Amino acid sequence: MTLIIGLLAILFLILTGVVISKTQQLIKGVKGEIEEKEYNSLNKSNNLNAIGLFIFWIISVIGVIWSFFDARKDFLPEASSVHGKETDYWFWLSMAVIMAAFFVVNTLLFYFPMKYKFDKNRKATFYPHNNNLEVIWTIVPALIMAGLVFTGLRVWNKVMADAPEDAEVIEIMGRQFAWAVRYPGVDDNKLGNYDFRLMDDAAGNNFGIDFTDQNSFDDFTNGTEMHIPKGKPVNLKIRARDVLHSVFIPHMRVKMDAVPGMPTKFWFVADKSTEDMRKELGNPDFNYEIACTEVCGRSHFGMKLIMIVDEPADYEKWKKEQKPFLTLNPDFLSKVPENLKARALKYVESESASEVAAVTDVTE
Amino acid sequence: MATVAEHIETQDHAHGHGHEEHHEQSFIRKYIFSEDHKVIAKQYLFSGIIWAVIGGLMSLVFRLQLGFPEMDMAWLKPVLGQWVSLAPDGTGKLDPNFYLALVTMHGTIMVFFVLTAGLSGTFSNFLIPLQVGARDMASGFMNMLSYWFFFISSVIMFWSIFLETGPAGGGWVIYPPLSALGEANPGSQSGMTLWLVAMALFIVSSLLGGINYVTTVINLRTKGMSFDRLPLTIWAFTFTAILGILSFPVLLSAALLLIFDRSFGTSFYLSDIYINGHALPNQGGSPILFQHLFWFLGHPEVYIVILPALGLTSEIIATNSRKPIFGYKAMIFSMAGIMFLAFIVWAHHMFMTGMNPFLGSVFMLLTLIIAVPSAVKAFNYITTLWRGNIIFTPAMMFAIGLVSFFVSGGLTGIILGNSSLDIQLHDTYFVVAHFHLVMGAAAIFGMIGGVYHWFPKMFGRMMNDTLGYLHFWLTFIGVYLVFFPMHYIGIAGFPRRYYQWSGFETFNTFADLNAFMTIAAILAFAAQIIFIYNFIYSIFWGKKAPANPWRSNTLEWTTPINPGHGNWPGEIPTVYRWPYDYSKPGSESDFIPQNIPFSATPESNLPEENEMISEEKEIEKIEFNHNIPD
Repeated sequence: MTLIIGLLAILFLILTGVVISKTQQLIKGVKGEIEEKEYNSLNKSNNLNAIGLFIFWIISVIGVIWSFFDARKDFLPEASSVHGKETDYWFWLSMAVIMAAFFVVNTLLFYFPMKYKFDKNRKATFYPHNNNLEVIWTIVPALIMAGLVFTGLRVWNKVMADAPEDAEVIEIMGRQFAWAVRYPGVDDNKLGNYDFRLMDDAAGNNFGIDFTDQNSFDDFTNGTEMHIPKGKPVNLKIRARDVLHSVFIPHMRVKMDAVPGMPTKFWFVADKSTEDMRKELGNPDFNYEIACTEVCGRSHFGMKLIMIVDEPADYEKWKKEQKPFLTLNPDFLSKVPENLKARALKYVESESASEVAAVTDVTE
Repeated sequence: MATVAEHIETQDHAHGHGHEEHHEQSFIRKYIFSEDHKVIAKQYLFSGIIWAVIGGLMSLVFRLQLGFPEMDMAWLKPVLGQWVSLAPDGTGKLDPNFYLALVTMHGTIMVFFVLTAGLSGTFSNFLIPLQVGARDMASGFMNMLSYWFFFISSVIMFWSIFLETGPAGGGWVIYPPLSALGEANPGSQSGMTLWLVAMALFIVSSLLGGINYVTTVINLRTKGMSFDRLPLTIWAFTFTAILGILSFPVLLSAALLLIFDRSFGTSFYLSDIYINGHALPNQGGSPILFQHLFWFLGHPEVYIVILPALGLTSEIIATNSRKPIFGYKAMIFSMAGIMFLAFIVWAHHMFMTGMNPFLGSVFMLLTLIIAVPSAVKAFNYITTLWRGNIIFTPAMMFAIGLVSFFVSGGLTGIILGNSSLDIQLHDTYFVVAHFHLVMGAAAIFGMIGGVYHWFPKMFGRMMNDTLGYLHFWLTFIGVYLVFFPMHYIGIAGFPRRYYQWSGFETFNTFADLNAFMTIAAILAFAAQIIFIYNFIYSIFWGKKAPANPWRSNTLEWTTPINPGHGNWPGEIPTVYRWPYDYSKPGSESDFIPQNIPFSATPESNLPEENEMISEEKEIEKIEFNHNIPD
């Protein structure tokens, strides 16, 4: 639809151009060669251009308003986080302010050319300055800016404040070209240490989990989806292991760069579960998505991770069902120092009782 | 030094009859290794136009990819070679790495090679000596060096396009580690090396030029040309040059450290990296450091791009409204304010980099302050139109277009400068739309408007008006059709530098709008062919220009139609008044050039100007001491 209208608009433009050009040639033919650009040589082109600017603006206003309402359904995806609703409110408020300025200033800009187009019987007004006017249009924008700055600062400080103590900590790591998440585990609820020198894709330790830290033992990872609870603060600990990436969760109004060597964070509260959104949008296949917004190479556009917002009870249930990294990769038991082996074994035990018993015998 | 002495001698008014060229210069000295500012300006202009075509064509290729992701690109194979990969059924796809290289080179070329070198290089060189009343730049030799450093830089950048691993591909901001690690991206191999070398040379060129501009404006103004009589173009060029002198060295340092990291194993920007199955030894560096250094230039750079365009616009709007520019002093102060603030807002590009949020608050405050002088400028332009007697030359049309873009694009800056709103919009197409309007299209319009306006002075001939109008309308409408809808997909969250969006449910809308923007971009680009035809045709076969075709006040129109080496055949005119005496009450003519003394216009003088008649004798008696000690 838009395409057809666009094509028609372009066709129309080209025709206008041709007509203007033909008129010009006719006029030129009549007037012949002119040495100086004297007043009387200002021909119809002046009027055409002056009126053209204003007509352009009228059509633009119609186009802007129509296209705005036409495109609105696909604007800002439904905000699903608490702070997102607030930033959306201020976005549309600022948008209203700048749109008002857009219409007023452009209207004057395109109206004056038509109104004051050249007339040889008139002289321009010699009006070099007016300090009152300058003061007015310095102070008025300054006041509006001040208003926007202060509200913006208030929101910014709130969003960027430290995460609440009880926030659910989840680590997300960007690499070329995928996201992966790590959870602190259900037993100690603490993320273990990591070190980039311990990363080893061949062996499976793509997070660089440090198994000399006992907090690591119950941590579990996931490379295909991230689950978060609804209504509970989630503190994303963000890192990257090769180049810059940026976590972008459009529906949550979350964005933060992932920087190698400098962990970052962003906390938010999701207030709509995936199920809620599916019902609201009437789309049973809806999923929240995490994208990358810092150019990171060839497949930058493909760095997608599905995010699932669960009801808190479902979330806890899901977490319990997840197997710790150590359970899935018992080989890493060899990295655990002797004094912690017993503790680590607990996680390998659950995998296969007999096998672990054998291992236990050996270690003891 | 010999050439400098030569110019100095010609400036010596004791000789009276002034400058005479007795020796014929060889072709090479006259047109290639020329020290004449007018020739150098044209060299910059031609180079800028060539780069603009290359940069524009690149944008069309990636716009095709974005607008029609399913399109068969096999027809581009003869041009792009290996960058179009053929499927077994013969259909071609653009290589995603090459897509990134295209957006990177498009940005680099447009920002630096077209809108810095092509714009400042052309008009600062051309207009500063002509408008302040000087025989040439302070140092013609440095000026020549400036162009040839730029030329070498251009050659290297152009060469990088043809490398097997492709040109630089990490975005024009070349953030490390991506740009530092050849393993991370093929564009970060030789392509990035050449990019860095080319930019280092570019910076040398830009500094040589900038120092020359400032020196010329300060030292070589003609008699009576006090600072409060300088045209706004000159003010704009001076502020631009100061911005460049103070900020380009920082980019050089950023680039040098990156070169060290890439080639000599240092860790300025690198730390904790594991790539391609092995951990790198680098530790302790910070990628954020690079971003601070880059944007310390990067932000002033956008003002380096837009200020000259605003300066040219001031001149064009005042002349063609037949009215003094409204608020001459306010314009100077707002430009000075913009220049000062330009240095302390850089981190608004970095709100979402993990920088301390408190720093974000400070930069948000400073950023929104810069909206105030920008608004003042826009209002002053509009008030200049108010009750004018407006002549719509093609230059005037482009100037009005510039103001519209500056306003429309500038307003969205208020949203992006607000860090809490930037969370969602950062690195989306909202940003792309914003800066393409406010500094891309606006600066290009300033440059094109400048070409239309000063073409008669450059080449002694007129450009064709009809083609000019056609060019304006198609470009103006085309640009809005490309960049206005782009805000919509930005609000919808579409990220930048994506090869395609179809992998995400969230971004699976607006396919028709993207196609629409691509068609509009092709239209806008096609319109430039009209301009290039008109430009080349008019150089050789255009109508002969009169001495002062736009009935303008500034000094360049007092030179001969084709000014020779030294600009004025006799003495340099003396300046008695500001450059904006248009439609002065009492005066018969609707313009009074700067070199007309108040004593010659008693009928139109304001009371305070009558008092200045007594000073005229003193101005004429000024003897400049041009003996620069070695």
